[in-house]
Amino acid sequence: MALDSRIPGGPLENKWSERKDHMKMVNPSNKRKYTVIVVGTGLAGGAAAASLGELGYNVLNFCYQDSPRRAHSIAAQGGINGAKNYQNDGDSVYRLFYDTIKGGDFRAREANVYRLAEVSVNIIDQCAAQGVPFGREYGGTLANRSFGGAQVSRTFYARGQTGQQLLLGAYQALERQVATGQVKMYSRHEMLDLVLIDGRARGIVVRNLETGKIQSFIGDAVMLCTGGYANAFYLSTNAKNCNTSAIWRAHRRGALFANPCYTQIHPTCIPKSGDYQSKLTLMSESLRNDGRIWVPKKKGEQRPVDQIPEEDRDYYLERIYPSYGNLAPRDVSSRQAKYRCDEGLGVGPGGLGVYLDFSEAIKRLGQNVIAERYGNLFEMYERITGENPYQVPMRIYPAAHYTMGGLWVDYDLMSNVPGLFVGGEANFSDHGANRLGASALMQGLADGYFVLPLTVGDYLASGGIKKADTSHAAFKDAEREINTRLDKLLGAKGKRTVDSYWRELGTILWDECGMARSKESLQRALTKIPVLREEYWKNLKVPGSGNDFNQELEKANRVADFFELGELLCADALDRNESCGGHFRTEYQTPDGEAKRNDAEYAYVAAWGWKGENQKPELHKEPLVYEKIQLATRSYK
Amino acid sequence: MSANGHGGMKLTLDIWRQKNASDPGRFVRYQVAANEHMSFLEMLDVLNQDLITKGEEPLAFDSDCREGICGMCGFVINGSPHGPTHGATVCQLHMRFFKDGDSLTLEPWRAKAFPILKDLVVNRAALDRIIQAGGYISTRTGSAPEANSILVPKESSDIAMEAAACIGCGACVAACPNASAHLFTSAKITHLGVLPQGQPERYTRVLDMMNQTTAEGFGHCTLMGECEAVCPGHVSLEVIPRMNADFFKGSLKKRDPKAVAGGA
Repeated sequence: MALDSRIPGGPLENKWSERKDHMKMVNPSNKRKYTVIVVGTGLAGGAAAASLGELGYNVLNFCYQDSPRRAHSIAAQGGINGAKNYQNDGDSVYRLFYDTIKGGDFRAREANVYRLAEVSVNIIDQCAAQGVPFGREYGGTLANRSFGGAQVSRTFYARGQTGQQLLLGAYQALERQVATGQVKMYSRHEMLDLVLIDGRARGIVVRNLETGKIQSFIGDAVMLCTGGYANAFYLSTNAKNCNTSAIWRAHRRGALFANPCYTQIHPTCIPKSGDYQSKLTLMSESLRNDGRIWVPKKKGEQRPVDQIPEEDRDYYLERIYPSYGNLAPRDVSSRQAKYRCDEGLGVGPGGLGVYLDFSEAIKRLGQNVIAERYGNLFEMYERITGENPYQVPMRIYPAAHYTMGGLWVDYDLMSNVPGLFVGGEANFSDHGANRLGASALMQGLADGYFVLPLTVGDYLASGGIKKADTSHAAFKDAEREINTRLDKLLGAKGKRTVDSYWRELGTILWDECGMARSKESLQRALTKIPVLREEYWKNLKVPGSGNDFNQELEKANRVADFFELGELLCADALDRNESCGGHFRTEYQTPDGEAKRNDAEYAYVAAWGWKGENQKPELHKEPLVYEKIQLATRSYK
Repeated sequence: MSANGHGGMKLTLDIWRQKNASDPGRFVRYQVAANEHMSFLEMLDVLNQDLITKGEEPLAFDSDCREGICGMCGFVINGSPHGPTHGATVCQLHMRFFKDGDSLTLEPWRAKAFPILKDLVVNRAALDRIIQAGGYISTRTGSAPEANSILVPKESSDIAMEAAACIGCGACVAACPNASAHLFTSAKITHLGVLPQGQPERYTRVLDMMNQTTAEGFGHCTLMGECEAVCPGHVSLEVIPRMNADFFKGSLKKRDPKAVAGGA
């Protein structure tokens, strides 16, 4: 299959205008004749559903939470990038574009990233108009802070709750459309399958999580904005119910899955405390603006932390990367923390931690300023650990956080399945092999407000969508398959709980395909996962029935998909014989331990096609062609 | 002996179990072992693993982000929404705040407007409908002016942010003897009402949202302040008099638009 990314011609700066100028349009009075299904209500899904409703389309919007306001975008803390250059520090659309491409270790699609940087300024305007309470200067203008991987201040923020406030903005716009009837909202409904008719995405089958009822919905296009798959690792910073099922079921129906091995391990999370641990908590990267990261220079350091003198501390990020220091990108910072802990210099229980120290900033700025900037994060840290970070340094350790991989999409954010659009973290397009801080919110809203509402219109206006309804055999088949699958999960009546398998899968993925991967470790994972998966289906114990509110069944269904996705993740990591961004193969590194890319052989998007259970997936390659920039070795030194 | 090998702290839990909306429900007693580093929800996870292994139905409770921000979790512990350490959600409550031998009673939010779905899980769709009634600034995607053309005094911005910190969990309703949702509704009215962008719809918003709040079956506010005490978003009771002031103005304006024209 030849992958057509449909990147418009012309110079990079004009591509998005070029595309918009030549899109097919749906007449305003005809928009109400079309129905768009949107799955997910985070920044991408919520913004898209609201914007499509405003345009006059009928929208059916689904989320598994009890309210669209709870999607996991809400947990993003630090901020959102926008190339406004309000600080007069030389920022520009080009610079944001270049930082994002470079941050992604030159594995993202150039045209998509340029568009992202271009619309970033519109996002800030839109959110400000909605009443998002961004941080302000005394004169009433918007404030900015700096973030990892950039040398300008272009991050807009709402205290430590930026994701929450941006999501509430999108949610409020969405509820306004729900009130008009333009959007029909289905909360506590989880998508379990994608339905294709004549090769086009036409609908979904969902389970009502309150009643267990399986129900089909038809539309003219389907949009998945269902987030990432970091919960495959079991312990991650994702919400407990974040899952890959929507995009994985679409993958099994023919949508290609791109770059699954690009996973982001975030450097500043609270370390694990025990085997009952249910999730890991992120401490915003913005803390690295004022916190200094260090470990003791001596192995087996016994002195209390406040009695370790300066000369016995290794501020290793400042030492290795003097120009970026503590603001080095996430993949780099995480890897360096892992090296220190591997060397036996880690702090805290099990030696799996490094210090994030605010004592100098508190001395310089005063506790009040630090409290104003990070008060809620300090409180959260103290609640979880019982330690007061104003007095002792935080202990942090990397954790699975974000997944750059996702369903393959073209420039219009449409997958290889006609009519199936994918937005936000669920697609692969903008972050390459590593995402920079404050860019996830930007991408979600760019896709949702400014890209998808237009590109979907072009698809609908192009015609060829036949009349059908949910009595079509394709819906009935999908419903039957789902019922069979749920019966199988309930019917195993084995001995082990879903969580016990999920933890074991997560441990395999973290140990063998986490911050560092090797041919041997990946081969081990690829041997272990199928064995465990087979046992899962036979020895699983799921209580209750399918016709009921059954949280264990929901989880069992999601974990079954994580098993298959985990295998593809490892297969992709094994196939990519280079290191880039978050994908670090120990065989491919520079003498000082940095990722060593192989542009001659691997400057492509790996898009995998599903070939059936226990079948090898099929690899399709989209070469990454850079018209504007030169591939360079990433350096933050 | 520890039931599950997780630690030395032993607790007695009386938990509300209710199969579905029509089941009358009852308290069931459980013994659990925990350690001080666990979160409260992790302690319940451990209980559920035990129940499943024993072939019993696990306890249904909502949670998602487990970082205190999504608002999905929440139930009442010994009469207190989100538990005894006020100012955070129950997912942020850790077992170090309890001691060996404690007895705890766990119940769902109780309010007419929040029907119980199962065990500790309730339906909070009423809060979404209050937002639908007017909890937004009508601005179409694409119609926004340049962001810095709207100057917002830092003080207004701070008040807006503090009100906007509401996570929509419903603890305020559960804490209120009247099951009033005034803190929730007023928080949104304040957030949007103090910003320049929110002025055009300021008075229609307050009337529409308050009417919806009443229609949903929430009680009236008698300013007891129980809501503020348990709010994980630290939303101040101050938002309620702000809403009341706007409500009076809005009501007058509706009767005689000229009466408040130019008024503050």
